[in-house]
Amino acid sequence: MADPKILPDVETLAARIPDGAKLAIFKDNGVAMEATRALIRRGARGLHIVTVPTSAFQAELLIAAGCVGTIETSGVTMWELGQAPAFVRAVKTGAVRILDSTCPAIYSQIQAGEKGIPFIPIRGLIGSDLLTVRDDYKVIDNPFGPDDAPDPIVALPAIRPDVALFHAPRADRAGNVFIGGQTELKTIAHAAHKSYVTVEEIVEDSLMEDETAGGVTIPAMYITGVAHAPKGAWPLPMPGYYPGDTDYVAQYCQAARSEEGLAQWLASEGLVPRAAAE
Amino acid sequence: MSDYRTEELLIEVIARLLDGVENIAVGVLSPIPGSASILAQSRAGGPGKVRVSVIGAKLPGYRTDGGVDLFDQAAQGRLGAFFLSGGQIDGAGNINLLGVGDYPGSEARWSGSFGSAFLYSLVPRVILFREEHTPRTLVDKVDFISAAGSNEPNVYRPGGPHALVTNRCLFMFDKARGRFRLESVHPGESIDSVRENTGFEFDCPAEVPETPAPDAATLKTIRRDIAPLIADPYPKFAAEVLGYAAPGHAAE
Repeated sequence: MADPKILPDVETLAARIPDGAKLAIFKDNGVAMEATRALIRRGARGLHIVTVPTSAFQAELLIAAGCVGTIETSGVTMWELGQAPAFVRAVKTGAVRILDSTCPAIYSQIQAGEKGIPFIPIRGLIGSDLLTVRDDYKVIDNPFGPDDAPDPIVALPAIRPDVALFHAPRADRAGNVFIGGQTELKTIAHAAHKSYVTVEEIVEDSLMEDETAGGVTIPAMYITGVAHAPKGAWPLPMPGYYPGDTDYVAQYCQAARSEEGLAQWLASEGLVPRAAAE
Repeated sequence: MSDYRTEELLIEVIARLLDGVENIAVGVLSPIPGSASILAQSRAGGPGKVRVSVIGAKLPGYRTDGGVDLFDQAAQGRLGAFFLSGGQIDGAGNINLLGVGDYPGSEARWSGSFGSAFLYSLVPRVILFREEHTPRTLVDKVDFISAAGSNEPNVYRPGGPHALVTNRCLFMFDKARGRFRLESVHPGESIDSVRENTGFEFDCPAEVPETPAPDAATLKTIRRDIAPLIADPYPKFAAEVLGYAAPGHAAE
């Protein structure tokens, strides 16, 4: 095969993300929704989702379809459409274990993962009950502070996701991925053991040799596999390609108010494991 | 009979609280703080004088440089003001964005704590904004502290609550006393109506002035100049509240 990092389709990509994986997903304009649907169709189970640093429809849908065992997040919300119904139910019933976090903590932990260091200190947080419910957050004394004035500071463990999954505008055939202004995607790809990416377009010319694109491109060495997925962020927006489909997401929110409505909606959208659908 | 909407009064109140701040960031779901920040910027002399970042904005002038950048700015002391809210806010300035009942939210579960636990500690002028002013939202003690109103003196804490703005009144936070003081009541409200609807105790002088209403020039600025800017990323708010129809969105 001439382009070993280019996967034949999104289903192949989803098949490479194993059950139980610690899976990092991104909140902004880089949400791999088609790959998310493919994960649901393949019947993924027990995922440990790390939202960098929050999530909306993507985490909600993975939880709704029963793919998630643990969610590590600073917040899951449908924003102007209100609460994320399946997320709220799953957390209240304990069906999904939650590791409540705060946005800069997740960013810092991913940065620590990128640097290959075991932990990272962070200002703030002291006084928050997050420190009570997260026994992996520690308060240490600043080792560089003056001896006569203790300076408590929070230390957070590094996060190295098993897999990062996101959607980007384009990749070239070598697997270099253009991310534009979504600079956090670089950090996530650096931190993760494997990164799978879906893209709107696959281009023939090398992105790394284009000086304008190269600086906002993730080199192929960090990318495990790329699948071509036009409209791969839909119903979420992909700037420069298409707007979001708020009506579609609103219809979901309406249906998902009840367990029965949610099950019907998932079935009508084909968002059930393939084995069950056959 | 007033010729302005409550939202416009709140924009005026918050804009005055931002006087003198050079770098303001506005988080998600915050069209009123966003509008107030742009009003404060306009009064200070425009984008050359005051930097405003509105999370979610696509307009280059109000775009952030990504999430990590915002938090790094806060940690370094570059960010002067930010806005937080809460499903519950208590009299010590603690806020709860997480839920009610036993953790992780046996009675009600909300979205999560977002950046609050960090920004509240580090941004010098955090303005708490919660339109609903009832004993349900303004409580004696929050069920979960997403972010604490104050810390022990040995904790590095340059930031914290500055004021609390609701649809009934303006409270200022007294850092030394660790509690709120009633600063002004909005038209139609009184000390008694505020007290009846507040679940926590607060300091209150014998006389409390009425919150000044936005003047005609301010209303003109809000409706003519600010509405088109806040329409990105809040087209619905710009249309329904400020009467500005962004392309692709109908005004009410």
